[in-house]
Amino acid sequence: MSAVLAADVNVAQNVGFYIIAAVMVYGAVRIVSTRNVVHAALWLVVVLGGVAAQYILAAAEFVAISQVMVYIGAVMVLFLFGIMLTRATIGAEDGLNNRGWGLGIPVALLLAGTMIWVIVDEYGGSVIESPDGPMPTTALSDVFLREGLVPFLALSFVLLAAAIGAIVLARKD
Amino acid sequence: MLAATLSSGWFLENAWLIPLIPAVGFVVIILFGKRLPQGGSEIGLGSMAASLAIAIGATVQWIQRVNSASADGEHALGGFFGFARAIVPSAAEEGGHTAVFIEPVVRSWTWWQSGGLEFGVGQHIDGLAIMLLLLVTFISLLVQIFSTEYVSGDRRYTHFFAALTLFSAGMLVMVLAENMIQLILGWEIMGLCSFMLIGHWWEETANSKAALKAFFTVRVGDVGLLVGTAVIFFGANDWAVERGSNGFSIRAISAWALSGEASNSVLFWGGVALFIAAIGKSGQFPLHTWLPDAMAGPTPVSSLLHSSTMVVAGVFLVARIYPVFFVGFDILDSAVNLITIIGGITIIAAAALAFVQDDIKKVLAYSTVSQLGYMMLGLGVGAWLPAVFHIFTHAFFKCALFLAAGSVSHSGSHHSFDMKKDMGGLARKMPITATTWMISTAALCGIPFFSGFFSKDEIIDNASHNGYQFFYWVGLIGAAMTAAYMTRATYLTFFGKARGAAAGEHHDEHADDHADDHADDAGHDDHGHDDHHDAHAGPHESPWRITAPLVILASLAIFSGYLNAPAVGTHWFTDWVEPAGVEVAVDGAATHSSDEEHALGFAAITAEEGGYSEGCGFTDPSEGTVCYAPKLSHAEFSWSKAAPSIILVAFGISASLWLSMGVFGDRRHPLKGLTSRSRIARRGHAFLVNKYYLDHLYEGIIVKAVAYPLARAAYWVNQNILDGIVNGVGRGGRSTGDWVYRNIDQRVVDGAVNASGLVANETGHALQPIQSGKVNQYGALLFGAATVGAIVLILVNI
Amino acid sequence: MYAVNFLILGAVLFSLGVFGVIARRNAVMVLMSIELILNAVNVNLIAFALMNDSAEGHVFALYVIAVAAAEVGVGLAMVLMIYRNRRSIALDELSVLKG
Repeated sequence: MSAVLAADVNVAQNVGFYIIAAVMVYGAVRIVSTRNVVHAALWLVVVLGGVAAQYILAAAEFVAISQVMVYIGAVMVLFLFGIMLTRATIGAEDGLNNRGWGLGIPVALLLAGTMIWVIVDEYGGSVIESPDGPMPTTALSDVFLREGLVPFLALSFVLLAAAIGAIVLARKD
Repeated sequence: MLAATLSSGWFLENAWLIPLIPAVGFVVIILFGKRLPQGGSEIGLGSMAASLAIAIGATVQWIQRVNSASADGEHALGGFFGFARAIVPSAAEEGGHTAVFIEPVVRSWTWWQSGGLEFGVGQHIDGLAIMLLLLVTFISLLVQIFSTEYVSGDRRYTHFFAALTLFSAGMLVMVLAENMIQLILGWEIMGLCSFMLIGHWWEETANSKAALKAFFTVRVGDVGLLVGTAVIFFGANDWAVERGSNGFSIRAISAWALSGEASNSVLFWGGVALFIAAIGKSGQFPLHTWLPDAMAGPTPVSSLLHSSTMVVAGVFLVARIYPVFFVGFDILDSAVNLITIIGGITIIAAAALAFVQDDIKKVLAYSTVSQLGYMMLGLGVGAWLPAVFHIFTHAFFKCALFLAAGSVSHSGSHHSFDMKKDMGGLARKMPITATTWMISTAALCGIPFFSGFFSKDEIIDNASHNGYQFFYWVGLIGAAMTAAYMTRATYLTFFGKARGAAAGEHHDEHADDHADDHADDAGHDDHGHDDHHDAHAGPHESPWRITAPLVILASLAIFSGYLNAPAVGTHWFTDWVEPAGVEVAVDGAATHSSDEEHALGFAAITAEEGGYSEGCGFTDPSEGTVCYAPKLSHAEFSWSKAAPSIILVAFGISASLWLSMGVFGDRRHPLKGLTSRSRIARRGHAFLVNKYYLDHLYEGIIVKAVAYPLARAAYWVNQNILDGIVNGVGRGGRSTGDWVYRNIDQRVVDGAVNASGLVANETGHALQPIQSGKVNQYGALLFGAATVGAIVLILVNI
Repeated sequence: MYAVNFLILGAVLFSLGVFGVIARRNAVMVLMSIELILNAVNVNLIAFALMNDSAEGHVFALYVIAVAAAEVGVGLAMVLMIYRNRRSIALDELSVLKG
């Protein structure tokens, strides 16, 4: 346990992490358990915002900003539109779960248990050095425009296809 | 030391234009075709003609190049792997010609690069590529000429020509591919065009089903192509990068496979994966079922894609990177390997199926499958050149046979392909079609002095020469069977009594036809030229746009064999196409003197008869040299060795003729109605008619065996465990009784159902509740199974 | 900062997302659960990028965000179409896959 008490563990950072993480996990539990669709969407905002906060803790500021803009700005609006256009009940609603929803509990527990076991087994006690500062955006652009150029282009095609596909699917004819 | 360079020329250097022209043609047809006076077909024809012209020019220059090499014996060349290079002079005499490695004309441009890896696009012109370039452009042109008449008036006339042109472009891209990525590109374009063309008349369910089947079956094989390319890439890349190339380059892969530094297991598994791709594309045994169904497409499509060109792509793939298979499968050191097994099974299985087909195109389809089996067998036994030569000759006579079948249906049998119902006695009515058909049949059967004899017999002969004695007999039996089923088809179509439409009867409603024939009926409905068809009664000869390609192809079916006819002492094809299996200096100057010594020693060894202990593919190439092709020897032709096959073919023809006249003729015959009298004969017949039940296996058993138990397990868990818990709390004993009842009920019903997999359709209703169709349950299974899999992996690792 | 922090957070979010995908009946809720799964993966990617001090992890996280946006767009379009055709987005009523 000496590694745990190493001097380079930034206590404040860890405490911040735990507070945000607790809120996120609570929010995630609410998303999958609430009986109100709109509440689920709002809890999703909390979780996604928490993810963005964790990114800032992990020195990934550009990704954090993207997360806020894309997820909380765009995706959430889409979700709310989706909820409204499908005329979901605004209040509490029964029957949001399947008849066989209980099957999810053992599967999720098994999955979580396996992953946590593996993670603790491999990384237990190891400490990440505190970064000097946020990852510079120029470093990201270097990766994007060198090694990552082909996936970047491919991704733009995916987005184009998704946009066209969404229009084709949703249009009334 | 460096003497004259190999001759080259504009056409060779610019062979990359050959696929480019039809590709551009495709775009033009798609964009402007409908507005053109001929509906876009003139663009297709023009682009194919231009490609053919360049291909002819390139062929002529390639031959000059080969000749210039044999004249000099020593050359300096630029370019391989970035080094200057000389060809090691070799005095090895083989069959009277000097074995000199002819430098392929390679050009390459960067297509894209990512993560330090460069993907090129380019051309790799050697004898094999030249042969196929010429073949594909030539046959494409003839088929397009044929199509202008055959599909005239079709509502998707323009699209048909667009797809044909794109297909040609795809095939040509693959043929001159410089690297595996480009090869995959061409390969997939062909797959797509095949899908579009088989389903050309997609209004009929049978056609779109056939198109989907072809697409998916070939996709199964394509997984092998991707896996194999990746395996070979990771094996070869380090070796190739050291020499200024990369692991996708076809030359680098060939050289690496023969360098002796390649891991044998990498070669083996890479070879297996790539061979699976070849199985799918070339319709080899377990995946051949799509090819006969693909006959739902228009006849020109069957002729071009599914007999002469596209389906040889698999064979081409094996021939192209032959060293991988040669070393991976230990071809000259074994008496059996994967390629020969699959090829051998395909020859016999497909030939047997051809006996029970009533549809003339299906006979030809199975014949194609069987002949592709010969090509694979040839590659498997180390007879590279005869196999490639068989691609060449087979393309001509099989294309002619399909076009003749198309001509019969077009003008003789009123768009029917049913030999038993609508044909017979057509020889007098359609003399040109009948003559060309019979010439091509003779070539296919391997009757001496027709082209098929020189190629097929070489394969069979070399099988025995290279120690594959068992497959020698397989080949011989296959030859006899080929002769027999083709005789049956010829008799049914052109001789005997005219039946149905051939006798002048018109029946527009083929109500009793097989589902497969609907293809043609659909076409029939779509054809605008029905009107002028119905104006005349009875069969007649086809117009010139159909007969001209037939005559050209049939004459080639005779004469193409003489390019490499040992019986009359010609071996041009060998000289032009076969890469010599000699060591090639990568960096000439440094090791040249020692090479010369080596070359002398090399010559001394190969001069011995059957000196199979040294040379490329047997020993590692010496320092500073690489091999591009394994050293193969050819069996010497002699009439006495050809005699068994000639006798067997003669036997096959006469036996089949006797049977056909007996069974299908007018006379009463003891064999008539055998299948309705004898149980064994009927079972055998049913077994063949059902294509060995392979389709049932794929659709009825494998799909269900995979999908049903999973769904059943989910259902069981759902019904018994979850509901059991929930109900058990509330309802106690009653739910237990329910549980038992349902369990036993389910089990008994299921047991009965599973026992009869083949009648699953009838009993499908009983199984319906199991296939819940609920995505959530599938998701639960997916994640649960993934978790369990992960746990297993962890436990194994720790 | 302990390395396990981010990774365990990711694992928990992932499992909750999986539970949501399995348990939820409403198609929009299933899509939300999928967003949870994607974000869990992103947290992991960022954590590994932090450990190795490399920019690749960030780039991959951005790819995932872009793909997620595309997925939500298409997914919601499908949900709308299903709703228009069936007046319901309950997934267990969609059993066209039923054999």
